[in-house]
Amino acid sequence: MANDKSQTTNGRPKVAFFDFACCEGCQLTVIDSLQTHLDLLDAVEIVQFREAMTEKGEDYQIAFIEGSCTRKSDEARLKKIREQADIVVALGACAHLGGVNALKNLHPLEDVRHWVYGDKADWYETYEARPIDAVIKVDAAIPGCPIDREEFIRVVKAVLLGKKPPIPDYPICVECKLKENVCLFHVGKFCLGPVTRAGCGAICPSFGSGCEGCRGLIPNPNENAMKDVLAEAGLTVEDVLSRFTMFNTYQVQERMAEEEGK
Amino acid sequence: MTTLKVDVHHVTRVEGHGDIVVDTRNGELKECRFEVVEAPRFFEAFVRGRPYYELSHITSRICGICAVGHATASLRATEKALGVEPSEQTVLLRKLNFHGEMIDSHVLHTYYLVAPDFLGVGSVIPLAATHPGVVERALRVKKLSGDLCAMVAGRHTHPIAMAVGGFTHLPTEAELREMRGRLVDARADMDETVALFATLPWPEFERETEYVSLKKDDEYAFIDGTVVTSDGFSYPIEDYRKVTNEECVPFSTAKWTHHNRESYMVGALARLNNNFDQLHPRAKEAAAKLGLKPIVTNPFLNSAAQVVEMVHCIEDCILIIDELLTRSIQPEEPPVVAVKAGVGVGSCDVPRGILFHNYVYGEDGRCVEANCIIPTNQNMANLNADMKELVPQIMDRPQEEVRHLLEMLVRAYDPCISCSAHFLNVEFV
Repeated sequence: MANDKSQTTNGRPKVAFFDFACCEGCQLTVIDSLQTHLDLLDAVEIVQFREAMTEKGEDYQIAFIEGSCTRKSDEARLKKIREQADIVVALGACAHLGGVNALKNLHPLEDVRHWVYGDKADWYETYEARPIDAVIKVDAAIPGCPIDREEFIRVVKAVLLGKKPPIPDYPICVECKLKENVCLFHVGKFCLGPVTRAGCGAICPSFGSGCEGCRGLIPNPNENAMKDVLAEAGLTVEDVLSRFTMFNTYQVQERMAEEEGK
Repeated sequence: MTTLKVDVHHVTRVEGHGDIVVDTRNGELKECRFEVVEAPRFFEAFVRGRPYYELSHITSRICGICAVGHATASLRATEKALGVEPSEQTVLLRKLNFHGEMIDSHVLHTYYLVAPDFLGVGSVIPLAATHPGVVERALRVKKLSGDLCAMVAGRHTHPIAMAVGGFTHLPTEAELREMRGRLVDARADMDETVALFATLPWPEFERETEYVSLKKDDEYAFIDGTVVTSDGFSYPIEDYRKVTNEECVPFSTAKWTHHNRESYMVGALARLNNNFDQLHPRAKEAAAKLGLKPIVTNPFLNSAAQVVEMVHCIEDCILIIDELLTRSIQPEEPPVVAVKAGVGVGSCDVPRGILFHNYVYGEDGRCVEANCIIPTNQNMANLNADMKELVPQIMDRPQEEVRHLLEMLVRAYDPCISCSAHFLNVEFV
């Protein structure tokens, strides 16, 4: 049944943007994307976007959520958004993976709070950072730190047409090959491209910097082979793990917990 | 007698979450403050253990809008700790990139976030219908600055090619020439921008405070230099804690700072007040048209100072590109870093004001301790002091007007709350 909680305006779906723990870089990227796709503003009605506008509507069908959930008290806000929206889209690595916020999960939580706020630590609520799909059901994710402008547009168009968002499930290496980039392993650098989901146009390797895995792992990556490759590049196991954890700590820890449970 | 209660939950058109609370009873101000309610993110705690080459890539993620500023301060801290000296070409390219971000951030703030207050609309979206020329100009300048950052470091949020000691990718001379042409063309947009903002009815309010910024002998300081204050103090960057004196406050996830007075101000207005003589002549002309002559003590004019800085940065970008083209781009790689234990402090004056990154590295080149002090936090005490002085002056006006003026004051500071809410460790061992 069609959603009867909200009404569209002339068939234009109402869209809202929300942010939790993040740098708001993905919303800024949305603003940048819209600059060159002003036609999209005719296809939807933006009813909430705190960073850019004062107008505020609670009646929306599509919710874009940037940021990780890092406080128990944020769960209620997330659930409220889920109740209202027909479609929830995780916007960027913090919402999709936990991202850099989850790096704090590598340290004992009390230690983290005391490190930053000293004897006032108790004033500041926090818990392990997590992707939003650890709290609510998510219908689609736009990966990346930050999101890719063109991919954002592609996903929005797909969502509006009721199609599955076109997120690649092949690795960054494919995009590097298409761009005829020199493989960074051949010039003594390291890169997580072989196990990381494509869609960014291999932007980091194209600018001489190894992939850091911000788009998450591809399905069924050959991680052990990847570790061997990194070790050949002169990195210790610790370095290798550190490369995986920059954006994927939550997933790495989840997997470790699963393996311990087996 | 007036009784006024204002409670603005999540002020809009700012980066991050902040609330305004005002409570007056019988003409007396009971309570008045700006609260930061953003979820803390704890960067200083979780960069511990990370290798030196990751630090600028992780800490740029503190802020999507000042990503280049954080990366630059971070790289300077690491370079000082590890004894790395960037080449002259690297210094020039970093300045170019930094200016790109300055223009990007200032155009976003002045046009998208501040202008709607004066043009009677809720956001930039209806502005496109009522003032299409204004919006088109803003979009043009925003695209120019974004493209400038992308040319140097791959993208503005988050920069890719910036590395310890250098860049992993260099712009071509053809790209630099094309960018120079666009910057020259942008002068017309800057003239229009100055003309527009010169007509805006800035709220009348004066409160002198201490203005804190970087300072350099030979240029309008954005990267490196010394820390100076308008009360006549000067410190090497390494002594930043003598300026910031941070403390936790119970209603804010952002810590507060104070120096010679109960509060100080950082940002475009502080820089303009402290370094006016070093502005490009065209920027000085813009300042004259906007009625800015140091010392400017109306905090609402911070947005006007940002317009002046946009003009300065456009002009300085043209000069930097000319110098790069004269020298021609050298195919430099970032230097090989000899890992060692060390301590370093990096400082930049980013769009919202002076920023410090301070790292301690162990012998293995991994971060042992980190401290970042972000401009928005440094402005919090000053913003609250302004509010306390402004509210009694305006509390007889309709509540809606009071609310709007206070929101405008918050916006004038261009708070970047997502940055401010992951504050620092209290003490270095």
